[in-house]
Amino acid sequence: MRTSSTPRMIATFAAVSLIAACSGNGNGGAEGGDAAGYPEQNITVVVPFSAGGPTDTVTRMIADPMAKALGGKIVVQNVEGAGGTVAAGQVAQARPDGYTVLMHHIGMSTAPALYKDLGYQPLEDFATVGLVTEVPMTVVARKDFPPTTLADLTTYVKANSAKVTLANAGIGAASHLCGLLFQAAAGVKLQEVPYQGTGPALTDLVGGQVDFMCDQTTNTTGQISAGKVKAYAVTTPERVKSLPDVPTTAEAGMPQLAVSVWHGLYVPTGTPPEIVQKLSGALKTALADQAVIDQMAKLGTAPVAAADATPEAHRAHLEEQLTTWAKVISDAGVKAS
Amino acid sequence: MDLFDNLVLGFSTALLVQNVLYCFVGVLLGTAVGVLPGIGPTATVAMLLPITFNFEPVTALIMLAGIYYGAQYGGSTTAILINLPGESSAAVTALDGHEMARQGRAGPALAAAAIGSFIAGTVATVVLAVAAPPLAAVALKFGPADYFALVLFGLIVSIALARGSALKALAMIALGILLGTVGQDIYTGTPRFVLGQRELYGGIDFVSVAVGMFGIAEILRNLENERDRPSVLDRVTSLWPTREDRRRIVGPIARGTGLGAALGVLPGGGHVLASFTSYAVEKRISKRRSEFGHGAIEGVAGPESANNAAAQTSFIPLLTLGLPAHPVMALMVGAFIVHGITPGPNVITDEPALVWGLIASMWIGNVLLVLLNLPLIGIWVRMLRIPYQVLFPMIVLFAVIGTYSLGSNEYDVYAIAFFGILGYVLIKCGCEPAPLLLGFVLGPLLEENLRRALIISRGDATVFLTRPISATLLALTVAALAIAAFPAIRKRREVVFAEED
Repeated sequence: MRTSSTPRMIATFAAVSLIAACSGNGNGGAEGGDAAGYPEQNITVVVPFSAGGPTDTVTRMIADPMAKALGGKIVVQNVEGAGGTVAAGQVAQARPDGYTVLMHHIGMSTAPALYKDLGYQPLEDFATVGLVTEVPMTVVARKDFPPTTLADLTTYVKANSAKVTLANAGIGAASHLCGLLFQAAAGVKLQEVPYQGTGPALTDLVGGQVDFMCDQTTNTTGQISAGKVKAYAVTTPERVKSLPDVPTTAEAGMPQLAVSVWHGLYVPTGTPPEIVQKLSGALKTALADQAVIDQMAKLGTAPVAAADATPEAHRAHLEEQLTTWAKVISDAGVKAS
Repeated sequence: MDLFDNLVLGFSTALLVQNVLYCFVGVLLGTAVGVLPGIGPTATVAMLLPITFNFEPVTALIMLAGIYYGAQYGGSTTAILINLPGESSAAVTALDGHEMARQGRAGPALAAAAIGSFIAGTVATVVLAVAAPPLAAVALKFGPADYFALVLFGLIVSIALARGSALKALAMIALGILLGTVGQDIYTGTPRFVLGQRELYGGIDFVSVAVGMFGIAEILRNLENERDRPSVLDRVTSLWPTREDRRRIVGPIARGTGLGAALGVLPGGGHVLASFTSYAVEKRISKRRSEFGHGAIEGVAGPESANNAAAQTSFIPLLTLGLPAHPVMALMVGAFIVHGITPGPNVITDEPALVWGLIASMWIGNVLLVLLNLPLIGIWVRMLRIPYQVLFPMIVLFAVIGTYSLGSNEYDVYAIAFFGILGYVLIKCGCEPAPLLLGFVLGPLLEENLRRALIISRGDATVFLTRPISATLLALTVAALAIAAFPAIRKRREVVFAEED
């Protein structure tokens, strides 16, 4: 059941009334799709996860500066469910007029391998707009876990694979994917302990109920700095500013363990290319905004380089990730449905 | 005198004009969304979070916290007046509170809730100030096996708590647990009971079930016997509890506060457990056990104190460990981060003005809430005098819009209709909706923690008996089960005797 799904209601409440208020004058002219006048009505950005979560936070951060750059209004709508596939399915069916945009994360590239009968295909049904940000992950353990380095950890879990526990935030969650990559890289199969979201998993890690896990820096930085958990490595090519002492996985001898929670914007296939370009341009402007950079830094992340906030770079990344995850997930034999 | 210094620092922060002002805005908004069916504090906090980006961090957190505990006050108002608990913890309040309202004693019920909440809020704020770090350390010791035992205890206790047949209560809990399993299994991702509908993968929404089972079903029942309309509402003369009432609520408030303060610290559903447990305790020790379910003021005062105390102490894991115990707390983590503060064990030493200011503001907020709620109760009572043909469609409309806007999921709206009809049928069959809702909320926790405990122990079931916390709770569960068996027998005999008379 869902007890925690309350967040979006008022946000959407406001969205609904805004749309109601604006649709009166918005539809006067063209039937959508008119690239020159775009945007003539509110743009809805659909977020596939709950309000207040990391993806939602990132979306709301860039919504205002993007709207300003476009000279229109952006309404954020949260459509939750089935690892983000409900929202993606809805946007795939939406009119390709540039007024329905999807924000999605790494889950876009893992869903085809995790779900059967997805109802949409990432590459066929969506046009990419641009990448937004990549949140690094960290490999962390309870503070009294014996291994001290990533190499130690690998040796230790191989020797003790019968009793070590690896926590994650549920099927298809970034922490789960990262855990799969670790097991593949270390060549070991461990007992995974899934949780409903990353909060409870981290609580049990701090409490010493489970041994180790992978999690986004947004959640772990505070606990690492306070010495409540032990950090082995960050999973990005470069170290994270807020955790200067934690080596990268490459430095620690496991370059295969490279994963970040990347976010990107999508529109349904068939959206006029001029509109996609306008959106991409607005995204670039938003990502260069100092306020956005500052807010992201606080989350332990940063906007992608301008060259990556383009449809081409985003599409290339999506293709690469689809291939990577299809293999990792099928090798691990994981299915969400 | 660290505590004293800390409180001085806290009050000097919280009493700044803008902080008192936003505390007031927060509790006012909180009360309003607590009162409106279908709109909860989580939604409100999510919506207002971006607005607070420009505030001072402490001001932002004071306002957001105010919304959260303010909603606990407001939620009890609708539970009492129209039997529509906005949050799971208020479901218990509805049991006796709404009965009292039907008997024309809405005033004392509301006053008992407000007074209980205020006292509990005050005490819990002190607990928060004194005991935060040690309590958080205890909460961390709770492993999956301990949670399983705790939830099992809660469920068994609630069977004893049900009106009428224990068998029907058990059946309702089982049905609730089954409904709670709808959706993707978190361990394997296997969809269960989803009937091929992707919209059901995320499970059935709690708000839909609560609104349907309590709100719509109640409306249907009222329509059936229109003449039973509680015209007694017009006779709501005194808000102030009688001397007898006041005497009766002292104990429940004290016990509810203690229970709530302790259980609130537990991550996940602590405030729900707190109000249910408090109700069970009051019913168990009351000399007027037969009044429970028929308007016992103890059944309002105890749980209301418990859930408000729990709302307050649920900030302990957040402030001391940076771990959210509730969706609203998760949003508060977001609020910390947005303001450049990484929530975690360091916050209390790095940002003392913020932490103590927030704690002090909670006491100020509780004072404001009493001032707000007691005078405003008149408005809510007046709202009830609106004719049914206006009031009912309004409630249904609010509930449907509110629920739909939660996840823009049309299945949540179908669920309201389904559970409304189901609730009506169940009431007709003499089954109570409250245990069903409890099973629905706690069932997934029960399963999740049972399986997690067994995964971690590699299938060794003795883990439940070798962990001290779990073993103690299981022993208590067995005791509760034994005690629950006796009144069932005794009650049946009482019925037999009554019929012979």
